[in-house]
Amino acid sequence: MNSFLKRLLGVIPVVFGVLLLTFLLVHLVPGDPVEVMLGESATTADRTQLRAELGLDQPLPIQFVTYLGKLAQGNFGYSIHTHTPISRLLAERLPATVELALLALSIALFIGLPLGIVAAIRYRQWPDKMATVSALTLSAMPHFWLGPLLMLVFALWLGWLPVNGMESRASIVLPALTLACGLTAILTRMTRASLLEVLSEDFVRTARAKGLSQRVVVLRHALKAALLPVVTIVGLQLGSLLAGAVITETVFGWDGVGRLLVESIEKRDYPVTQACVLVIALIYVLVNLLTDLTYARLDPRVRFTR
Amino acid sequence: MSRSAAVLSFWILLALVAPWLGLSADAIHLDKILAGPGMDAWLGYDDLGRDLLARLLAGAGVSLTVAGCVTVVTFILGTLVGLIAGYHGGWLDRLLMQITEVFLAFPGILLAIAFAAVLGPGVGNLILALCLTSWVGYARLARGQALALANRQHVLAAQVLGASTMRILIKHVLPLLAAPLLVEATFSIASLIIAEASLSFLGLGIQPPHASWGAMLRDGVRYLLVASHYVLVVGGSLMSLVLAVNLLGDKLRDTLDVKDRNF
Repeated sequence: MNSFLKRLLGVIPVVFGVLLLTFLLVHLVPGDPVEVMLGESATTADRTQLRAELGLDQPLPIQFVTYLGKLAQGNFGYSIHTHTPISRLLAERLPATVELALLALSIALFIGLPLGIVAAIRYRQWPDKMATVSALTLSAMPHFWLGPLLMLVFALWLGWLPVNGMESRASIVLPALTLACGLTAILTRMTRASLLEVLSEDFVRTARAKGLSQRVVVLRHALKAALLPVVTIVGLQLGSLLAGAVITETVFGWDGVGRLLVESIEKRDYPVTQACVLVIALIYVLVNLLTDLTYARLDPRVRFTR
Repeated sequence: MSRSAAVLSFWILLALVAPWLGLSADAIHLDKILAGPGMDAWLGYDDLGRDLLARLLAGAGVSLTVAGCVTVVTFILGTLVGLIAGYHGGWLDRLLMQITEVFLAFPGILLAIAFAAVLGPGVGNLILALCLTSWVGYARLARGQALALANRQHVLAAQVLGASTMRILIKHVLPLLAAPLLVEATFSIASLIIAEASLSFLGLGIQPPHASWGAMLRDGVRYLLVASHYVLVVGGSLMSLVLAVNLLGDKLRDTLDVKDRNF
């Protein structure tokens, strides 16, 4: 319990650091951030008003405390361009990103795990070689290349799926596949490596010596132990999927937080940029924490001894 | 020479000799807009009627230069931070590692996107944004190794002989962690090539008229229906380069017998 609490408390300085770094983002803008946001045509009165609205006329420590205070109330500020509360924008866009990420995760698990298992069982035979080459190729395909490729084949050449947008339920398939490919590659390689290691352990040899079939040995004995490290990867990658969604959503015109982030960058709407980065980072930290805690519960050997 | 090294050398060589091949990356041919591959231009033309091969080679140069510069800077910076943290220990270690943890709390290239967004577009800011976010891997790796090496006999002997901390770190600790750092650097080059292209794809990196694979892909996606060769050529090139670097990293890891990172 002590170590459990220690892990929980360890998150506090990280979250504080994330808040500080995202707060400082606006201050990294070369020159006057207000001038950059409003453009050269803005009047002095407009600039003074925005500076006051964003609290940029206050000393830095006061600005940070005010920023934290507002965040504690769920107040992310307002979009400079639409004057919409950012919390509302996030609430509108976040479900689409989460839906995309979860579907991508499911696809990756559905393809990556069986592929990794087959590769390990048929070690150095053609299924293993095929799986390894596929995983390597997929891991070298960035989302902004794979996305257009899938679009070209399944939407333009075959006409099976919509090119982009969110009009129909089928619209999610191509962005989810794009987002899933990198994780599928990682899961395949991870499951293969982990299962290969477990298959050479004593308890597996004992199970085989007892005359159990290959199927029972792999599915009932080896797989359980082999999947433990995979849990960590899945957890870590779920957060990364949110970051990957920034590009994928842009390619497919999927209205999630990633696209909101890119739109805000294009419009120099820095409060929205700041809020998107913060929310994605905080979700990532939370998912990582939950992964660590889950891992500790699943594996009796891990009790936060670090 | 392995196939991956051959592919990587091929791209480096092409990027280096590109200026002497007589190809112009900026020459516009209005009558050739989005024309497909042919004898006059082996890979076809882009949306402004510029030779795709010339722009591809110019883009390769930019991609490799950015990845190379960022790798050198972050290798030195990250290793130094990790070595100091691991060897010094105590409060300095806790402080430096806490800072590292904060940087690692941002997934993928999110932080690089954020930095590039506020710093503004351009190659200098692109390199700065990638440097600000890419040093953490080296720092964590070097710190872990330095922590383990700090109490080795030869390090203790050097301490007793009165060697300075810097001398011990550089002469007695650094050589022992060169192998894992080199493997990390190789994988990092592949990630940086993708990161540079991602940022340019989002309009945050290299700006027109300069060629960049990411920006070319962004333009190519717009003309996917009418000129699919555009996206296929640029994406295929990017993939071949990243794959070659990754395979080289795998090979290096096996040769240098470095413990696997994740898989």
